[in-house]
Amino acid sequence: MATLTTPAGGAATTDRSGRSAGRHAGRRRARLDRRRLVPYLMLLPALALELLVHLVPMLYGCWMSLLRLTQFYIRNWSAAPFAGLGNYRASIDVNGAIGGDLLHSFGVTLAFTVLSVGLSWLLGTTAAVLTQHPFRGRGALRTLFLTPYALPVYAAVITWSFLLQRDTGMVNHVLVDQLHLAGDRPFWLIGGNSFGALLAVSVWRSWPFAFLCLTAGLQNVPGELYEAAAVDGAGFGRQLRGITLPMLRPVNQVLVLVLFLWTFNDFNTPYVLFGKAAPRSADLISIHIYQSSFVTWNFGLGSAMSVLLLLFLLVVTGAYLLVTSRRGDA
Amino acid sequence: MREPAWLPWARRIVLSLLALFTLAPVYVMVTSALKPLNDVQGPFHWIPSRLTVRPFVDIWHTVPLGRYFLNSVVVAGTATVCSVVVAVFAAYAVSRYRFAGRRAFTVTVLSTQMFPGILFLLPLFVIYVNIGNLTGVELYASRTGLVITYLTFSLPFSIWMLVGYFDGIPRGLDESAAVDGAGPLRTLLRVVLPAALPGVVAVAVYAFMTAWGEVLFASVMTDDTSRTLPIGLQQYSTEHDVYWNQLMAASLVVSVPVVAGFLALQRHFVAGLTAGAVK
Repeated sequence: MATLTTPAGGAATTDRSGRSAGRHAGRRRARLDRRRLVPYLMLLPALALELLVHLVPMLYGCWMSLLRLTQFYIRNWSAAPFAGLGNYRASIDVNGAIGGDLLHSFGVTLAFTVLSVGLSWLLGTTAAVLTQHPFRGRGALRTLFLTPYALPVYAAVITWSFLLQRDTGMVNHVLVDQLHLAGDRPFWLIGGNSFGALLAVSVWRSWPFAFLCLTAGLQNVPGELYEAAAVDGAGFGRQLRGITLPMLRPVNQVLVLVLFLWTFNDFNTPYVLFGKAAPRSADLISIHIYQSSFVTWNFGLGSAMSVLLLLFLLVVTGAYLLVTSRRGDA
Repeated sequence: MREPAWLPWARRIVLSLLALFTLAPVYVMVTSALKPLNDVQGPFHWIPSRLTVRPFVDIWHTVPLGRYFLNSVVVAGTATVCSVVVAVFAAYAVSRYRFAGRRAFTVTVLSTQMFPGILFLLPLFVIYVNIGNLTGVELYASRTGLVITYLTFSLPFSIWMLVGYFDGIPRGLDESAAVDGAGPLRTLLRVVLPAALPGVVAVAVYAFMTAWGEVLFASVMTDDTSRTLPIGLQQYSTEHDVYWNQLMAASLVVSVPVVAGFLALQRHFVAGLTAGAVK
């Protein structure tokens, strides 16, 4: 703001001749106009890049969703016939094969996301609260906890896929050979167990981020609050409910939303863990759409599914922000 | 703080379990990278019976890992530098100026964060191919295309974090610089940026990690010469064999730079989050 109110007017008002004053004012206006352009110039690169990579492709994707863009038109996109809402109709027809599979994938993704975000938040909060007050080795422990977040996704997930191998993996070695919890070696990367495997990997990767944000949030809680509460005789549980959790509310509002969006849209984890064909019980929506587009070469249908996914996320995010902000005001 | 008697014990147990959960995969990654191929193809053992550094030598021959590594370094490094520069200017404008469209810009940029990647993957692919056909600028299957794509991935979060950081720097600094006759650019580079350095570092780390670990676009937008590590690593598994020891060694090698960088700079990262996100 400061830059717009620099003292440029003083000289002009004291000028004796009106003509000169007019000229000054003109020059001043030109300078003000240039000043007004400054923020836009600074935003221009960011805006141009977002337009090129996000917004224009998104609009283009919406257009593609209205075309019958199948393998027959791969060579010549512009010849693809207009399909109207045909792709959408196929996507939401839950009795048809395509719509039914999409609905199943959506249900799997929703369950996966709720569980993963819930567990990650719980572990992150627990660890952040337990490391709030200094003790020996706290710094090392924090560093250790952050390691999964720092690892590149694919390196971490490749390691997990090794751990989850049926015959040579660490997980079955512990469960079957050491703890004797199962008689037969279970499969983790195919069949029904793959949902649990995917969930474990996802929580392992995302709880450190919750821990990081909540630790940062806890540093903003004034220590006097706890001292005052202790004087009043409030115990650990009372302080947790009365001070810690309420003070973390603003952090949690953002954290839960970000985790939700990341997890719901997660492509990397299932793609590296299972390859291009995910098991049905772990058929996350991003993988499902990827398959519908690239494996079966039906890009129009894939685009329609993506648009539906985006609409869903918009509605959820809007509703979430509405509800959480209103509660905050009250 | 007055603690109940059970709390120190609960803390020890819970934190130990969490440490175990966190560390076990890392332990397996490191030890398996030091095992001969026979040992990783048989039943799992916690303690390796034989140790060898062969996998760390072999990884460079089995797969052209050096080339993928170089591609990843160039792509992630360039994307990081560009992303930080672009984000600094945008964040400064949002933090210091009141202009028409300010709120619209912030909301638009932040909302791109929620787009499913799959939605714009294909259109972007088509746009890049068309730009190449029309102007001769190769974006598809080139490192340039990847750089442009990745740098926008980290932009929204970076801008958001930096706006918070800049907001925390007193305007008095800008004003006294303006009185001294410094223009907006000089003020930003000489006065505000140095004060916001930890935030800038945090944003750079975030941008690098984002570009280094991306899989989806790398799988579609690269060819043999521009291939980056996430896709290159898949080649350690053939139809018959998976070279798990080499795969673990390669995973370790590609992780060390980012993990070391992140852990070394984590304090700035937390400070940046505190200033930007946690408000």
